[in-house]
Amino acid sequence: MAERPMPLWEVFIRSRTGLAHRHVGSVHAADAEMALQAARDTYTRRGEGLSIWVVPSAAITASDPADKGPLFEPTASKIYRHPSFYEIPEEVGHM
Amino acid sequence: MYSQALNERIEGPRVVEDPDKLAAFQARIDAEERIEPNDWMPEAYRRTLIRQIGQHAHSEVVGMLPEGNWITRAPSLRRKAALLAKVQDEGGHGLYLYAAVETLGVSREELYEQLLAGKAKYSSIFNYPTLTWADIGCIGWLVDGAAIMNQIPLCRTSYGPYARAMIRICKEESFHQRQGYEIMLTLCRGTPEQKAMAQDALNRWWWPSLMMFGPPDSESQHTEQSMRWKIKRFTNDELRQKFVDATVPQGLYLGLTFPDPELRFDETTGHWRFGPIDWSEFKRVLAGQGPCNRERLAARRKAHEEGAWVRKAVLAHAAKQRARERAQRIAAE
Repeated sequence: MAERPMPLWEVFIRSRTGLAHRHVGSVHAADAEMALQAARDTYTRRGEGLSIWVVPSAAITASDPADKGPLFEPTASKIYRHPSFYEIPEEVGHM
Repeated sequence: MYSQALNERIEGPRVVEDPDKLAAFQARIDAEERIEPNDWMPEAYRRTLIRQIGQHAHSEVVGMLPEGNWITRAPSLRRKAALLAKVQDEGGHGLYLYAAVETLGVSREELYEQLLAGKAKYSSIFNYPTLTWADIGCIGWLVDGAAIMNQIPLCRTSYGPYARAMIRICKEESFHQRQGYEIMLTLCRGTPEQKAMAQDALNRWWWPSLMMFGPPDSESQHTEQSMRWKIKRFTNDELRQKFVDATVPQGLYLGLTFPDPELRFDETTGHWRFGPIDWSEFKRVLAGQGPCNRERLAARRKAHEEGAWVRKAVLAHAAKQRARERAQRIAAE
C-alpha cells in the first residue's frame, strides 16, 4: 500500500514588530502543531522571526500567472490614480 | 478620509485587569512595540480600537455618497475618471479598515448592523450636502487634506493591523487632495461665476472641515488615555492647528477668502489663529440633526437590503458546488 502523502503547509513569518507576516516557504507536517515546529526549525534558526503562521497549502487559491494580462494590465492606463497626474503650482508647495 | 475621535463613553462592563499584565502591556507600548491580534491587551484598549477603527471604516464607506452624487455630472471625462477612481479608493479603504477591526474579534455583519441601525458613528462631515461641482473640489482639498493630517500619524499607531492599513491608505490617498485642489484652481482661474462657486463652497466647507478633528482637547475625555496607549499621537487641537497652518496659504493662493473674520497670522508663533468653532453645530450634526444624516443612512440601508439576494445567492451557489464535488468524490471512491 502506498504511503499517504504528508500534508504541505505554507509558512509566513513576522520578522520585526509592526510588519505583516510574509511568505517565506513551505514545510511538510502531519498537523498544524508539528508544522509550526518544523517551520520554526526550518525558517527561524537565526532569529528571523517574532511570530509564525502556518496555513494548509491546499487552502490557498492562487490566480493563474497566465491571467496576469487581463487581471493587471487595465490599471496601466489609469494614470489618474497617481498624484503626479494632477498639476499643483510650485508656489503652493508640497501637497 | 477619516473619522474624528468622537469621544463617547466606552460601552460594556468594567473589567478589572491584572496590574502586572497592564504594566507589561504599557512597557511594550512605551518601547514602541506594535500590539498584534493574539497579544494580550486590556479590554478597554480593545474596545477603544473597535470603536475608533469601526467609525473610521464606516466613514470611508459613507464618504462615498456625497462624492458619488457628482460622478455622472462631472464636467469632463478627465474629472469623471478621477472622481470615479477616488470613490473607488474610499470603498477599498473601508474594506482595509473593516478587515483590521475584525482582527479584534468583531464580525463584519455586526459592524454593518451597528452602522445601519444608527448605533455606530461616522465622520460628521459626510452629513453635509454636495450642492455644486465646487463642493467636489473642496472635499478633496479640505476634507481629504484634514484626513491626511490625521492619518499620517496613525501610520505609527500602536495596533499593528490598524497601522498597516493606514500605511496603504495614506499611499493611495495622496492623489485625492491634489485632484481636489486642481479642481479649485481651475475654477478660480475661470469665469467670475466659477470663482464665485469656488468661494461659496469654501464658505460652506471650511468650518465643518475644522470640526473633523473632533472636540477641543479640554472636552475630549479619552484623548489622554489614547495618547498613553499611543493609539493617538497628537491631540485634536494640535492636528487642527497643523491643518489650518497648511491650508490657509493654499486658499490665499487661490485668491479666496476664508469665512472667518478673526483669521490672522501670528508673527510671534508662526501659526494662523482662527476664530471660535460653533461646537453646538458639531454636536447637532453628530446627534443626527445634520442636513443629510437621514439621507446617508437611508442610502446605506437601501444598498444593503437590495444586495441581500445577491449575498444569499452566492452562498447558496457555493454550498451547491461543494455538495456536488462531495457527491462526485464519494462516487469515485
